[in-house]
Amino acid sequence: MAKILNWIDARFPLTALWKSQVSEYYAPKNFNFWYYFGSLALLVLVIQIVTGIFLTMNYKPDAAKAFESVEYIMRDVEWGWLIRYLHSTGASMFFVVVYLHMFRGMMYGSYRKPRELLWILGCLIYLCLMAEAFFGYLLPWGQMSYWGAQVIVNLFATIPVIGESLALWIRGDYTISDITLNRFFAFHVIALPLVLLGLVVAHLMALHEVGSNNPDGIEVKYNKDPRTGHPLDSIPFHPYYTVKDTVGVVVFLTIFSIIVFFVPEMGGYFIEANNFIPANPLQTPEHIAPVWYFTPYYAMLRAVPSFLDSQFWGVLVMGASVMVFFAMPWLDRGKVKSIRYRGTLYKSWLAAFVISFLVLGYLGVVPVTVWGQFGEGFPFYDADKATVLARVLTIIYFLFFVLMPWYTARDRTKPVPERVTG
Amino acid sequence: MSWGAFCLTRGLAVLAFVATGAAMAAGGADLRLAPAPGSRLDVESLQRGARNFVNYCVNCHSAKYMRYERLTDLDLTRAQITDNLMLGTDKIGSVMQASISTADARAWFGAPPPDLSVEARIRGRDWLYNYFLSFYPDDKSATGWNNLVFPNVAMPHVLWQLSGPNKLVATEYANHEAAIAGAIAVKGLSKIEPGREGKWTVVAVKPDDNAPGTLSRVQYEQWVADLVNYLDYMAEPAKNKRLNLGMIVLLYLGLLFVFAYWMKLAYWKDVH
Repeated sequence: MAKILNWIDARFPLTALWKSQVSEYYAPKNFNFWYYFGSLALLVLVIQIVTGIFLTMNYKPDAAKAFESVEYIMRDVEWGWLIRYLHSTGASMFFVVVYLHMFRGMMYGSYRKPRELLWILGCLIYLCLMAEAFFGYLLPWGQMSYWGAQVIVNLFATIPVIGESLALWIRGDYTISDITLNRFFAFHVIALPLVLLGLVVAHLMALHEVGSNNPDGIEVKYNKDPRTGHPLDSIPFHPYYTVKDTVGVVVFLTIFSIIVFFVPEMGGYFIEANNFIPANPLQTPEHIAPVWYFTPYYAMLRAVPSFLDSQFWGVLVMGASVMVFFAMPWLDRGKVKSIRYRGTLYKSWLAAFVISFLVLGYLGVVPVTVWGQFGEGFPFYDADKATVLARVLTIIYFLFFVLMPWYTARDRTKPVPERVTG
Repeated sequence: MSWGAFCLTRGLAVLAFVATGAAMAAGGADLRLAPAPGSRLDVESLQRGARNFVNYCVNCHSAKYMRYERLTDLDLTRAQITDNLMLGTDKIGSVMQASISTADARAWFGAPPPDLSVEARIRGRDWLYNYFLSFYPDDKSATGWNNLVFPNVAMPHVLWQLSGPNKLVATEYANHEAAIAGAIAVKGLSKIEPGREGKWTVVAVKPDDNAPGTLSRVQYEQWVADLVNYLDYMAEPAKNKRLNLGMIVLLYLGLLFVFAYWMKLAYWKDVH
């Protein structure tokens, strides 16, 4: 065994890589619950790629056969139903895990210097994941697949001057058609996964270059043990975090399995009932709601009124709401990184942001008429209550970012200890 | 772990449910479905449902993703399937194809009857169960039939000889609370509609005692429950296997958790 390893090491830095990236990669010892989601995101990525490969073996990217081939997978392919449910559940769980991972970064200031590029790579992964999910959702060729894609591609059509041509270029046709399905298939199974994998590798390389942040937001590498030269408050990733993350993986897989085996549709949030109706270009469904992970943005899109005879402003707001994450490292002027040592100002704004995001997510699922309209005597008595609330929340969402330089600098922070607090 | 996320999605589902409930209370008609009886583990019910389906539904509706052979799931032998459940021309490996042509169907009903392979996943068990119980005669409709659950549906009441023609019964109540009490008293499908001058009407479909069907009301409900049970099975034949396997997977993961946690504790003993 040692002989084989020596032979390889003389030709490829296998042992050196293992040491630098895993067994001698020192991570802070005070990771808490929130630090599981990075490794879990990697796990879900692997689940999606493996199940995706098997789905591709039986799926037909053809408008006349796509819906049928999914039912074929569900019925006639050995274990096809399991592979498909793993993939559909994986898509939603990817976003659950990534949202929690991003929230962790926001709480503990993981985007702050020297981790700006690590954060940007993460934001690019998030963008890529959204595109991957969007392209993949068309493939089952159900009513929601079709009309969801129709709505999203039409967003591009609102861009002034070039919009219509751009939408046509994306679809490759005047409506969502077989041609669109074929190119979305290509994007979903090869183009975006390649980009996604590249970004994930870059994200990990950047992480291992700068080292992990931790719930105290203290740079552990400044406190080294003079004897060993290793950071005092750190432990090797392997075996400590490999065994700890294994526990996280088992718990996560338990939740994942409960969904896959007992509630794969997740009450219509992971698989929508309307998507069991084959795509019909001539029949628009009564209520088109995107999948849950896009609903906060969809609610913002609907909340923005048209202006100068254009719907483009809503699209602009929606785009800005995702892109604004990129700017976070330069918006935050706080003296401390972690929420543990921040003052009430930052905590309140973060809470307002989270509430806005969640309530917008809910509003994106339901029709705007859900709560009816304001009655007479109110300033906007003819407006839908839900739309007005969505507008307020959209403003709060953006204020969290726009006012960040101000409230983080003014915040009354607590002193940060020298060493991590366990 | 991701419990937070799990609670979050469930919480949102509950929110949506509460919101729709509130929207209904605020004004529109409120359709109150009776729960569909029966269990997917009841193989005899599924067998009867399969019989009902091939005898009454496959004339007009296809189930083009369902192979006859798959009915072996329901403890039926291949001989039983070929002899009792299939038309002479079909092969056991073939899918359930409607007897009428699409062109004829379009001419007769205005639209081709939908494929029923995954209908139960679109509509749900309860909706289907109530749908079959809520046909009533209506002179204004082209087929002479209408339906409380699916108003102005193109499908005629093909099961009327079994159920009898039924009749629509509307009762007026002074206020919404009284109407809800009235709807509960119906003990089955009912629809609460806003009426004139703040009054509320409860509409229900009841058997017409003067024109009974060949089945009693109880027998007909059982007949429909069997059919719905079968439709539910056909929409996802692997479901029972999925539920059974799920228990085994969870037991395995539970065991794995014990070892994984034990290992974590052992390794982390020296970390302070």
